[in-house]
Amino acid sequence: MIEARNISKAFGDHEVLKNVSTSFEKGQTNLIIGQSGSGKTVLMKCLVGLYTADSGEIAYDDQIFSEMTEKEKMVFRKEFGMLFQGGALFDSLSVEENIMFPLNMFTKQSFEEKRERVNFCLKRVNLENANKLYPSELSGGMIKRVAIARAISVNPKYLFCDEPNSGLDPRTAGVIDNLINEITEEYGMTTIINTHDMNSVLEIGEKIAFIHEGNLWWTGNKHEVLHSDNKELNDFIFASELTRRLKK
Amino acid sequence: MIEAFRRPDKGSVFRKQLMFEFQSLGIESLGIVLFISAFTGGIAALQTAYNIDTPLIPLTMVGFVTRQSIILEFSPTVISLILVGKVGSRITSEIGTMKVTEQIDALRIMGVNPANFLILPKITAAMIINPVLIIFSIVVSLLGGYLACEISGLVTLADYIAGLHYQFNPFSITYAIIKTIVFAFLITSISGFYGYYTEGGALDVGNSSTKAVVNTSIFIILFDLILTQLMLV
Repeated sequence: MIEARNISKAFGDHEVLKNVSTSFEKGQTNLIIGQSGSGKTVLMKCLVGLYTADSGEIAYDDQIFSEMTEKEKMVFRKEFGMLFQGGALFDSLSVEENIMFPLNMFTKQSFEEKRERVNFCLKRVNLENANKLYPSELSGGMIKRVAIARAISVNPKYLFCDEPNSGLDPRTAGVIDNLINEITEEYGMTTIINTHDMNSVLEIGEKIAFIHEGNLWWTGNKHEVLHSDNKELNDFIFASELTRRLKK
Repeated sequence: MIEAFRRPDKGSVFRKQLMFEFQSLGIESLGIVLFISAFTGGIAALQTAYNIDTPLIPLTMVGFVTRQSIILEFSPTVISLILVGKVGSRITSEIGTMKVTEQIDALRIMGVNPANFLILPKITAAMIINPVLIIFSIVVSLLGGYLACEISGLVTLADYIAGLHYQFNPFSITYAIIKTIVFAFLITSISGFYGYYTEGGALDVGNSSTKAVVNTSIFIILFDLILTQLMLV
């Protein structure tokens, strides 16, 4: 389980996170939802240590991550996999080299073993035979799938996904959502997804935290989210015509 | 930036990166270095020859002046300034683009020390390969001077060669190499620093690149003065 306890973060005078406390369950797909600019990405970056919270603490299964030194965090992060909004694949490396990168850095496997693992991960994300392609030759959906394959190549305990559906068509977005959900269950990972995509919320949100203007406003799951009487959550959920019709 | 100078996470990965940087920073710069060196050597020889308008100064001075200006200043300093534009801006834009596209964050999340992984191989490679480039530059510049004298007919080969040998102090080569190593460190570390701390988008990558080139050039001139004072006086 991952716990955020009283997290606050400001950039200059702008307070982005205000005393946010929540937890993310092991083996589940946890969602952080909210409008653009609500503080979702900042919260996720605080969780992985890319930003240092001004106050509060982050705990991973009772290990206080926020109190670790930078060197300890670096070692601990080997348990992390992260899918960035733009994929963050290394431009100069092929798909195979991208996925092999963490294996090269942290394992003593032979080249054949590493290639086998790469092929397994690519197969898992339905991208067999894409080994030799470069990121510039991939579509948006393929980039996300390669990024997922790279994230899971070292069997992480924790998977973080920052807006995995941004820029994708609804069908591809659904494929990515289901893939993340399946992988989470398969490997028993703790997965946290930042999203404002309502399909993701309703499809895979086993635990949902709603952030509004830097505050945690609501927590629940995909079954409860449509029936909440929280005004801000309803304004967010039923912002589109489609979801309003769905509610009716 | 101190993180950049820690021991690499994995030796084999560092060596692979180093080989790549030898190619990217060194071998790929060889063409422009040799081209500029050949012409500048020729120009230095011709200008010296045209400015000797009294028979009291022997024509061997053409070889002597060309040699001194090439070894002491042109090859180590001017070529390093050219490498700031070619190599330095490349380093800043490469690392800066990685920063704004979250590739550096991806490295950090994987548990890799990004500054060390990206910058240390570049610094090490440049400090090894740049002196080699400068030695090539010196040789080609002096050959360029010879060809210019030969083609123009202003100075005989014998006079030019005699000038090259005249009062030659091997320490000047050591001085040129030491300057080059210091400049190589400045080029890669300053450019790496500006790339690593880039924030924003494409425009900011461009701005970082410009700042890196300007500041590295200033530091090179400053250190040129300091090293000259320390080593030659």
